[in-house]
Amino acid sequence: MSYLFQGILSFAAAASFGILFNAPKKSLLSCGLVGMTGWLIYAVVDQLSNDPVEASFAGAFTIAFVAHIMARHYRMPVIIFSVAGIIPLVPGGSAYNAMRNIVEKDYNVAMEYGSLAFMISGSIAMGLVFAEIITQLYLKVMGRLKLKP
Amino acid sequence: MTMTNSELVVECCLLAGRLMMESGAETYRAEDTMDRMAISQKLTDSQSFVMPTGIIFSGNKTLPTKLVRISSRTTDLEKIASVNAVSRRLVKAEITLEEAYDELKKIENGHRKYPFWIQILAASIASGAFLLLFGNKLEDVPTALVAGGLGYMVANLLEEKTRVKFFAEFFAAIVVSFIATLSVSLGLGLEVDKIIIGSVMPLVPGLLITNAIRDLMAGHFISGVSKGAEAFLTAFAIGAGVALILSF
Repeated sequence: MSYLFQGILSFAAAASFGILFNAPKKSLLSCGLVGMTGWLIYAVVDQLSNDPVEASFAGAFTIAFVAHIMARHYRMPVIIFSVAGIIPLVPGGSAYNAMRNIVEKDYNVAMEYGSLAFMISGSIAMGLVFAEIITQLYLKVMGRLKLKP
Repeated sequence: MTMTNSELVVECCLLAGRLMMESGAETYRAEDTMDRMAISQKLTDSQSFVMPTGIIFSGNKTLPTKLVRISSRTTDLEKIASVNAVSRRLVKAEITLEEAYDELKKIENGHRKYPFWIQILAASIASGAFLLLFGNKLEDVPTALVAGGLGYMVANLLEEKTRVKFFAEFFAAIVVSFIATLSVSLGLGLEVDKIIIGSVMPLVPGLLITNAIRDLMAGHFISGVSKGAEAFLTAFAIGAGVALILSF
């Protein structure tokens, strides 16, 4: 699937989730943009490394970074922009497979999928926190530079 | 500062914190907002303890410590944004405490939501888009559109009626997987599994899982564990609903 097509689809998915989460109307477009950037980075890294955990980290990091920029621009909390963007990365598929296998009493396969889902959501959270810390450090340094002269 | 005034500050902080937690804000954001509002109203040694199920807030040593219960949690970003805007303006002293309290009350009572049919449409578009993003074929898209929209509709209507989230999600998963299996057996769809994964995406507690781990990392252990439990129960309900249909 071409990246252009993936971009359009992830934009639609993230903007629709913005509506489901009742995001403010003027932030819907940016929600879609954040989701699109995150997914494209995820897709590229996933193709290069073939590891969904690494790719999720990269995608989540990008999402949080772009969401911070949007949040400063619109003066709204970061969560408004990041939530809808993260949804495409969230390991819904593996969580679903894990639960389905547990209910079907195939516990070994379930453990595998469950661990993968846990690792992916952990890496998403790591990506979010890392991006937040880096933007905070950047703002602090910029604030100090502005104070000096 | 009179006694009644500082009591209003406590009420105002509690209301803001409760609204934020009810609409799915991060735990640290709710605590941060409450503390900032308190400090701006000269309650400098306030303590707030926020959990997904309740908030304990103490203004200072002499004021009574207050507790509010949080019984329902959804994701409502508009509410978070409006509460945040009110607290910002209060901290900047653009509005008085009474005005802030009135505005928070207004946010609590009446507040804009997207019409229900737009939400259903969004859910089905999201399901279709996810189906393709997860690498499935175009032939399955119509089924996913129908299943995703109907599943979301059932989940929402049942949750409104029964007030039990897990029951609603269980039933919605049954509806989604029933539509998927039906369409595959009629020859309209190709892969049951992928249709179901795409169409349950609007129900899957992805945000809860991520928020739970994030809270754990930030040291909010009670919030993290309870959000994780909620996510686990929701995922279990969906898995059970799907398995019930697939086992026939």
